Amino acid sequence: MQLSNRSKKMVVKPMTLKERMYLPAIAAGLGITIKHFFRKKPTIRYPEVKREFSPVFRGLHVLKRDDLGRERCTACGLCAVACPAEAITMISAERKKGEEGLYREEKYAEVYEINMLRCIFCGLCEHACPKAAIYLQPDVMAPAFYSREEVIYGKDRLVENADKRANAGLDRVNGVRKLS
Amino acid sequence: MATITFDGIEVEVPDNSTILQAARKIGGSVVPPAMCYYEPLKGSGGKCRACLVKVTAGSAKDPRPMPKLVASCITPVQDGMIVENTLNEEVLKTRKGIVEFLLINHPLDCPICDQAGECDLQNFAFEHGTVAQRYEEERRTYDMVDIGPYIKLHMNRCILCYRCVYTADQLTNKRVHGVLNRGDHSEIGTYIANSIDNDFSGNVIDVCPVGALTDKTFRFKNRVWFTKPVDAHRDCPTCSGKVVLWYRGADVLRVTARKNAYNEVEEFICNTCRFDKKATSDWVIDGPRKIDQASVISQNQYAQNTVIPAFTKTVTEGYTEVNDTLPEHKQLAAKN
Repeated sequence: MQLSNRSKKMVVKPMTLKERMYLPAIAAGLGITIKHFFRKKPTIRYPEVKREFSPVFRGLHVLKRDDLGRERCTACGLCAVACPAEAITMISAERKKGEEGLYREEKYAEVYEINMLRCIFCGLCEHACPKAAIYLQPDVMAPAFYSREEVIYGKDRLVENADKRANAGLDRVNGVRKLS
Repeated sequence: MATITFDGIEVEVPDNSTILQAARKIGGSVVPPAMCYYEPLKGSGGKCRACLVKVTAGSAKDPRPMPKLVASCITPVQDGMIVENTLNEEVLKTRKGIVEFLLINHPLDCPICDQAGECDLQNFAFEHGTVAQRYEEERRTYDMVDIGPYIKLHMNRCILCYRCVYTADQLTNKRVHGVLNRGDHSEIGTYIANSIDNDFSGNVIDVCPVGALTDKTFRFKNRVWFTKPVDAHRDCPTCSGKVVLWYRGADVLRVTARKNAYNEVEEFICNTCRFDKKATSDWVIDGPRKIDQASVISQNQYAQNTVIPAFTKTVTEGYTEVNDTLPEHKQLAAKN
């Protein structure tokens, strides 16, 4: 049955003597293989060599501190409501007298958890944050895990170290984008 | 009865009603916003200027336009009046200015404020405001005050709508708070650290259009849009007992009065219902509260618990099948 006249007619001819010997074909194939021995290898030997990140890479989250080392997050809940995967939960608390050096606003996140199994690293939390507190780091990946408890990141692992600042949100000072 | 034309829509209202009431009779997107007017409270309105409208014809007898924009919440209707709200460029431009004026001293602390998500000023600024603000001076600032054991006063956020003053005047027999000083120095206060402990004092939280008066028992407990509103009632000896419970999981975080589409309390509730009865066993549940689909509170709600906006309904109701027998439709079909 002919469906259209675009189909190709196959003509099966008997093989010639050169083709039947197979040796030239084997030599040509080996030639290709040997050529690759001298080429530059595309494999990146991961733990020793690390691939360069894209400038817009979205990695592990970080909760930033401001210039004075106070936590920026005020537990406003906008990241959690923006999150399409519902990965973020938080409990807020009121700042007490004497804690002004720890938290920037009168309300702060007492508990802040991100479930990395749910997170899809879309970066909407970063967009939603009015206080420039949460960032997806451009140079840190979310590490592998061995148990489910490890995947829920609390404040102990999210808030940046006051001495060793995270490499994110540097174009902002106290939540306001620096004009260039 | 008087017939007026509001935004090109004719509506008949009783004499002595205001333009705003006539607009609310039409309903939908033509209703002017109101920050200070509160229908259940007598004498409220005329302060925030959010509801300014253009009267292009004063009445049937005297069809001259009113020279200036008028506050629709306190201007009575007259037969044959023609009013423009959303159709008038001048009104919309003025409203942008009103937002800017109201936000001059209002702090941008919505991330902290408990009212965020159900705030009249937030909605007003979102719908009518501009993104940037030109005000560069120092804002007036006050310290937070605890008035009574249940209410926290953030004077910074107050827009001086006087609703709480009228509430205290009309619901209770002895008001202890009011507006002190004049002009830019006006502030809500109790003068000498006085506490409000009347049985109906909690209603000032509900009537406040911004987060100036907030519930201390709900303070920073949760964001409004993470809580689920449920209608409930109980036999209360002092009030109607009809409330909304705001749930987070199995816990009642907050109890408020039921509010209508214009964020006005339907029936005022007493402090016992509001602050003390925070267990599900105290209440008889009437079912989930319907939330406007456009509101952030409708997040994570089932579709049947949300109210679909009016314009979607009119579009779907106005849809008609294409009639192929009409000549113009035949021509169209032939072209394609």
